[in-house]
Amino acid sequence: METRLSINGDTHMLDADPRTTLLDALRNHLGLTGSKKGCDHGQCGACTVLIDGRRINSCLTLACMHDGQEITTIEGLGEPGNLSPLQAAFVRHDGYQCGYCTPGQICSATAMLKEAEQGWPSYVSDDLDGAPALDGEEISERMSGNLCRCGAYSNIVDAITQVVGERA
Amino acid sequence: MKPFDYRRAESPSDATDAGARIIAGGTNLLDLMKLEIERPDTLIDINRLDLKAIEETEEGGLRIGALVTNSDCAADPRIRRDYGVLARAILAGASGQLRNKATTGGNLCQRTRCGYFYDTAMPCNKRDPGSGCQAKDGFNRIHAVLGASEACIATYPGDMAVAMTALDATVEIESKGGETRIVPVADFHRLPGDTPERDNVLDPGDLITAVTLPPPPGGVHLYRKVRDRASYAFALVSVAAVVTIADGRFERVALAFGGLAHKPWRDPRVEELLTGEEPGPALFDEAAEMLLADAEGHGHNDFKIPLAWRTLRAVLTEASERGDTA
Ligand SMILES: Cc1cc2nc3c(=O)[nH]c(=O)nc-3n(C[C@H](O)[C@H](O)[C@H](O)COP(=O)(O)OP(=O)(O)OC[C@H]3O[C@@H](n4cnc5c(N)ncnc54)[C@H](O)[C@@H]3O)c2cc1C
Ligand code: SF4
Ligand code: FES
Ligand code: FES
Repeated sequence: METRLSINGDTHMLDADPRTTLLDALRNHLGLTGSKKGCDHGQCGACTVLIDGRRINSCLTLACMHDGQEITTIEGLGEPGNLSPLQAAFVRHDGYQCGYCTPGQICSATAMLKEAEQGWPSYVSDDLDGAPALDGEEISERMSGNLCRCGAYSNIVDAITQVVGERA
Repeated sequence: MKPFDYRRAESPSDATDAGARIIAGGTNLLDLMKLEIERPDTLIDINRLDLKAIEETEEGGLRIGALVTNSDCAADPRIRRDYGVLARAILAGASGQLRNKATTGGNLCQRTRCGYFYDTAMPCNKRDPGSGCQAKDGFNRIHAVLGASEACIATYPGDMAVAMTALDATVEIESKGGETRIVPVADFHRLPGDTPERDNVLDPGDLITAVTLPPPPGGVHLYRKVRDRASYAFALVSVAAVVTIADGRFERVALAFGGLAHKPWRDPRVEELLTGEEPGPALFDEAAEMLLADAEGHGHNDFKIPLAWRTLRAVLTEASERGDTA
């Protein structure tokens, strides 16, 4: 079936079986291999992309369900020479070892910062109405959908903390 | 994944009359379709239906459309202010990514399940009625201690519905032909009995259109979830509590439990026992004893009985401390 996908500002016509997940469409049909497949079951976050600015697991959704929506992948956030603030902070703080989880971590963190700016609370927020301060505990909780087999968590939190500081 | 036809619903009747499987966020259905545990011939995508609003009701409550995402529900200022237990329960579930996709209707309908349900090489009465239950004598650490049957000892894994049960919320269901019925969330999920393949009261073609919350109950709202890791894990035991204290006594108590049974568990006898009484450790133990009198472990999950006991005691302690200052 035909689906019109708008990815990183470009329009792509996808003609694929309805079974095609958004992740497989990106990687296998459109050559956008930045988004990774870890578990294919919503458990690891390696496939995280943004849809209309919100983070989701691209492995647990069908490409045909996103006709006309704006999709942003790691390729759309920045590129060598023109890194996004989070991309640069991950490099600076060594927020990875093998790098496999990194595109998902960065896409997830990009949307997470926006959620916090909009005042969304998390499970560890003491107060449900206050503007949450993104300390280490808040960042870890909000990023818990992104696993890192290499265990680079402390540097990931440091990288995100730097960007939180730059925005304050 | 087995091949299927994909269609989009433009109106509720497209969804109810299609004889097709509804897909909303897809986070539970596609997970199971990939393993061919779910094998629908036709999927009907309801995401374009106008069910995305949270509206105030005439009674002073809120009507949450079936397609409101878990993220939007937990972020809604009215939910955060007046139904804190629901915001907290949703935020305790899954991950930021999943909550952005998971919908109110889909979350309610996520399968009651266990590891053997996922393992198609193993017998499972829920997946394959009559084949047996591998969990009874197998690894049953996460399984039910209340309300289980010979046929199935799985637990309902969701958090949102546990809070909705404590809040006396109701589910609005539209059936084929356009008829609408209202079912309390507390009666929406089923105990397994002889038919564990049925998790809830929906019939084929039924479309959840909304969940309605009664007017704000006030009081202290708590959701405590105990799990194997601090985040992004299903509950071993969870407790949703909405508690009002006046003049040093429990005035109103609503309690619902996750992780213990095939459905969110509520025991009105326990609430009656507490109501009108002065909070204190002896009373909390009496309440826990009543809640768990019929609880039965299956070996690996025996620990859930003392864990539920202690979690209830901790929640009642916190509620009475906070309630006194509220
Ligand atoms: C890794 C992982 C961790 C998770 N952790 C948690 C957790 O800690 N706590 C928790 O509560 N949940 C957890 N979940 C489950 C998650 O919350 C559910 O998958 C989600 O809520 C399902 O919603 P959905 O809209 O994606 O449903 P879908 O997958 O679209 O649908 C699920 C079922 O509901 C039916 N359905 C959907 N909408 C309707 C409707 N309007 N009317 C009638 N039927 C309908 C579908 O036909 C299907 O049978 C987790 C999931 C994953 C993958
Ligand atoms: S507990 Fe229920 S879901 Fe698990 S194997 Fe037994 S029948 Fe299947
Ligand atoms: S590949 Fe999607 S969450 Fe793991
Ligand atoms: S850097 Fe290797 S998985 Fe995270």
